[in-house]
Amino acid sequence: MVTELPWDEKTGTLRRDLAAGMMNPACKHALEAALQIKEHHPANITVMTMGPPAAEEVLREALALGADKAVLVCDRLLAGSDTFATSLILKEAIKKKCPKFDLILCGAYTADSETAQVGPQLAEELDLPAAAYVEKLEIFRKTLRVRRLVDNFRETLEMEFPALVTISMENYKPRYTGLAGLESAFDKNDVVILDAKALGLTAASIEKKGSRTKVRKVFLRKTQKGNVLLQGAASAVVTEFLDKYQRKIGTVIGKSIEEKKSDEKK
Amino acid sequence: MKKRSPMKKNSKKSIWVFGDYRNYYQNRVTLQLIARAVALAKVIDAEVCALIFGYEIDEWIMEYTAHGADRILAIDDPELQSYSTERYLAIIERLAGERDPEIILIGATDFGREFAPRLAKRLKTGLSADCVGLDITDDGLLLQIAPSFGGNMLAEIVTERHRPQMATVRPGTFKEIPHDNQRKAVVERLPLMKNLPKPRVRLIEYERSVEKEHTIENASVIVCGGRGMGNKEKFKKLQELARLLGGDVGATRPVVYAGWADHDVLVGQAGKHIKPKLLFSFGISGAIQHTAGLGEANFIIAINKNPQATMLKMADVAIVGDASDVLNHLIRELKKRIRE
Repeated sequence: MVTELPWDEKTGTLRRDLAAGMMNPACKHALEAALQIKEHHPANITVMTMGPPAAEEVLREALALGADKAVLVCDRLLAGSDTFATSLILKEAIKKKCPKFDLILCGAYTADSETAQVGPQLAEELDLPAAAYVEKLEIFRKTLRVRRLVDNFRETLEMEFPALVTISMENYKPRYTGLAGLESAFDKNDVVILDAKALGLTAASIEKKGSRTKVRKVFLRKTQKGNVLLQGAASAVVTEFLDKYQRKIGTVIGKSIEEKKSDEKK
Repeated sequence: MKKRSPMKKNSKKSIWVFGDYRNYYQNRVTLQLIARAVALAKVIDAEVCALIFGYEIDEWIMEYTAHGADRILAIDDPELQSYSTERYLAIIERLAGERDPEIILIGATDFGREFAPRLAKRLKTGLSADCVGLDITDDGLLLQIAPSFGGNMLAEIVTERHRPQMATVRPGTFKEIPHDNQRKAVVERLPLMKNLPKPRVRLIEYERSVEKEHTIENASVIVCGGRGMGNKEKFKKLQELARLLGGDVGATRPVVYAGWADHDVLVGQAGKHIKPKLLFSFGISGAIQHTAGLGEANFIIAINKNPQATMLKMADVAIVGDASDVLNHLIRELKKRIRE
């Protein structure tokens, strides 16, 4: 499974152009939060992502679900960006396409390397009050109140708009994408595509202001698994398994499970 | 950011470790990082400096000293009574500007993973996330070994030209140095800087969440179930095996979505990262979203009726069979055998 992932061996980065176009689960939750806000407040939702042309599918899915506008930042020059560069590029795109935003919602995780760094770094880029791992949002006029659970602390925080939050997977369960909606979203031609030039970025400026980290090597995690295969009738397999590993299991659970016919009961 | 001189004279290089003391007794990541920093410091001839910001923090100053820090930078002020990302950012930005640390290490707690990216951005430097290894390269850089693509691959990451080099590190990656009361450190007690920007995020209320004190993240036995269990009733029987083994039940995302289990036992990329000594995996195919959370499982027993399931390939013991059937037999047999 792992070896089939489209890694670029030369650059050590994921070939996002080959990875399936699928919305990050956490981003789906963030979109759901935005849609719920829109149900109660006059709001306009812009969805934005950076990726290969195929990432347009993800944006169309978001449009089908109820987003109003979509922006794809797409340029080979930007491929392989780390989170430092990505947050900078997204800031430029936001300044260009939706500078008057009130709230930015991000998924609290990403599917590939799960760094969860872009959201917080984007907050720095835009100089916004921010909170990560948000489970619940409430809006009172100009104030945003959020609840979250971090490191075993249940917190309620407040900040003024504009603000940025990253949404956890605790609440805001994504709604179902109706097929009909999806199709009509594919008919519409309303995904704005921005390249590096449109954002005022050149190869030189990206080199200077872009990625701080460098991947020197990517390798498969070593696993020294014995991989003993057992098959057959369930009862026989279970007996074989317990006989073979009774000592190991007993040590971990702190009880003996060694079979002794003469000592069935304590 | 001001310009930094690459060769600052008369000052020893410094490795900073952020003191994340909020769950000190449950989460020893700061001590683990101090221990690793001590080893790295020898290679690059640096000192290890622990940062502690809070109110009435003498206990942590003593602890970090006893566990290996050479220097402590402490700010003890009632205004720092509760954790504040914005305050800590402003404080460290100032301190780093004055003192040019070579490396800053932060535990990959929830707090650390929100705080570190912002600090790295503010210091205009690189950061790797949730590292599972740290070393020094031949050219003297901090080698940051971080999980990539859902944890099945590892990447070796360096920050070549910018300082400090920063990493968040997964709790449990390193071993703390045993407590030694005789150990001494230079303790610098600094005043809280004046004219720090006023935080824009207000903490309205917070409380320690009691119900989550025990999580499956620190269970030594975990019984995980997937859709292959068949239905909710059959899934619930995993609880019985977990009880017999003194462990906890974990679940995959489809199972959580189906309502067979609560979200707080979700194991995987978007849920809990577990490190049990024994992991039983029932009816789980092994999608990357799930296996990403199993990186630290020590001994895996997987049961699946599909002999090609990824989960079986990852296992120490792979049992081909119906998950629910095998579970029932295992429960029955264990009840016969277990003696206290």
